[in-house]
Amino acid sequence: MVTSISEPLSAPLDVGFDYTRSLGPVLGRFATELREHRVLGVRGSDGRVHVPPVEYDPVTAQPLTEFVQVGTEGTVTTWSWIPEPLAGQPLQRPFAWALIKLDGADTALLHAVDAGSPQAMAIGMRVRVRWTAEPVGGIRDIECFEPLDAPERAVAATPEPVTMITSPVHLRYLHSASPEESRYLRGLAEGRLLGQRCPACGKVYVPPRPACPTDGVPTEDEVELPDRGVVTTFCVVNVPFLGQRIKPPYVAAYVLLDGADIAFLHLVLGCAAEEVRMGMRVRAVWRPRESWGTTLENIDHFAPTGEPDAPYESFAQHL
Amino acid sequence: MAGEVAVVGFAQAPNVRRTHGTTNGVEMLVPVFAELLAATGLSKRDIGFWCSGSSDYLAGRAFSFIAAVDAIGAWPPIAESHVEMDAAWALYEAWVKIRTGEVDTALVYGFGKSSAGDLRRVLALQLDPYLVAPLWPDSVGVAGLQARLGLAAGLWTQRQMAEVAARGQRDVDELLARPYVADPLRAHDCAPITDGAAAVVLASAERAGELCARPAWITGIEHRVETPNLGARDLTTSPSTVAAAEAAGAEGIELAELHAPFSHQEILLRQALGLGERVRVNPSGGALAGNPMFAAGLARIGEAASRIHSGAAGRVLAHATSGPLLQQNLVCVMEGR
Repeated sequence: MVTSISEPLSAPLDVGFDYTRSLGPVLGRFATELREHRVLGVRGSDGRVHVPPVEYDPVTAQPLTEFVQVGTEGTVTTWSWIPEPLAGQPLQRPFAWALIKLDGADTALLHAVDAGSPQAMAIGMRVRVRWTAEPVGGIRDIECFEPLDAPERAVAATPEPVTMITSPVHLRYLHSASPEESRYLRGLAEGRLLGQRCPACGKVYVPPRPACPTDGVPTEDEVELPDRGVVTTFCVVNVPFLGQRIKPPYVAAYVLLDGADIAFLHLVLGCAAEEVRMGMRVRAVWRPRESWGTTLENIDHFAPTGEPDAPYESFAQHL
Repeated sequence: MAGEVAVVGFAQAPNVRRTHGTTNGVEMLVPVFAELLAATGLSKRDIGFWCSGSSDYLAGRAFSFIAAVDAIGAWPPIAESHVEMDAAWALYEAWVKIRTGEVDTALVYGFGKSSAGDLRRVLALQLDPYLVAPLWPDSVGVAGLQARLGLAAGLWTQRQMAEVAARGQRDVDELLARPYVADPLRAHDCAPITDGAAAVVLASAERAGELCARPAWITGIEHRVETPNLGARDLTTSPSTVAAAEAAGAEGIELAELHAPFSHQEILLRQALGLGERVRVNPSGGALAGNPMFAAGLARIGEAASRIHSGAAGRVLAHATSGPLLQQNLVCVMEGR
């Protein structure tokens, strides 16, 4: 049977992680002072004041230690206008990105300017820091910059040195399965196990892969496989972990379906963990049909069939 | 000549806005490899070294490049390496590998499915993670800062930027009438979001002649990097490109492929490299015509080399960039004999 063309499956994939980063002596000092509404630079080997501070001189690579307090007002050296801010940016209304040379600094800091419209922006314009209401120690203690003619707001500060920052990173993707994987996943929704055969080496892959990893050619011939097979290898899970759904001990095993050339990982339940062995014959135990979706989770687990074990030689090359 | 290395083949996937393939891009590579091996008469087993460039940030998953090895058919086991940057740097690694004498052929590939995520946000994560990335500066907005510096300094005009994008094919006045995406950049100033892949075969002096009628001999390849601190750089030129070109011996160039994801960067690079009016720049259309992330720099080398293969040029320069605002730059000079 040849795979027919249909739209591949896709689903949103939102990944996120709160990175915690230790700051070290230079950036830690900068972050601590920011929270106190002061901006520090560091003097480079050539006498230039770097803001934000750098740990090592960008030219000589010497460690830099001479801190210099600079102003909270400065001059825009260049800018661009963001009419539609993206998630996570300092302002969620139209704003300018700008490089800002603070008074007393020789390098420029990248930040946002809340100017209202691009007509209010110009190279050489004077801006000042707008502090955030709840400083935590970090670049976002500067909410943004604002033109000098904006009304000033009073904000209180708090003590204690800053040694870490937390940077939440959240990205959104549309994750796409390949056409072969999509056939497989749709098959599962109908209670079928669909693999594919490599036209070059004849091996049957389930789940099917876009290309045979041995031959590098697309796999084309679809093969329907039975929901029975053999345990090639397994482990007994004794360790509890966060999110565990089954009480240990239980068995995670590689199951090689009859007619397949690659095993996949699944659970073997329905017998004591110590009874599971290499070569044991097992069959799929499906969840109730009404709960099926395009997922291997439709198979709740595999259970022993009671048939005689498969001889080692029959699966040795699949280990 | 002994120790020399040549580009003997180049292939690339169609540069498209969106593919339906998996997020790791393996499907885009399969036909590219097939085309390249057919053109050079090599089989997979003839390739001494495989080296790729891609990024997990495009795919949103760890070790996504491992899946791409499926496209090779990596059995029996192959010698393989990967860089988390444009594949032009994978080509540099492969060039070194051949120069060591360990192998006499290498296949270099880059790939990426930019359409899977939000590229402007993904690229914010290549910025300094302590003081810059937490603001999520998007790649287009940051490029606008550089474009305006050059506009203010009189190094280029918005009309010249539009002319780069138009390449004589589109009405410049019409382009200039369009709205800004991130003032001073309009849509035509920014490379399109592109899914794609590119691959190049390198060969030693001993093998190049049998694989290609007119190999593109690499006479110099160098790369240099600048500080990640954007506000401490002179953004109106590219000192690292200049240094790399000088070290690579970029004289007598007839044609250049410049990796400029923004229109003003093509002008900037042209000025920095001192490429005169007689040097033909980006006959391929450059990254503005298609910008497959992590492959577009390698494609510049392949495109420039293909002009030597065809006999259209005798001595060419290819440039690749990595990082924000031309932070790291590679220059590869090639010639036909």
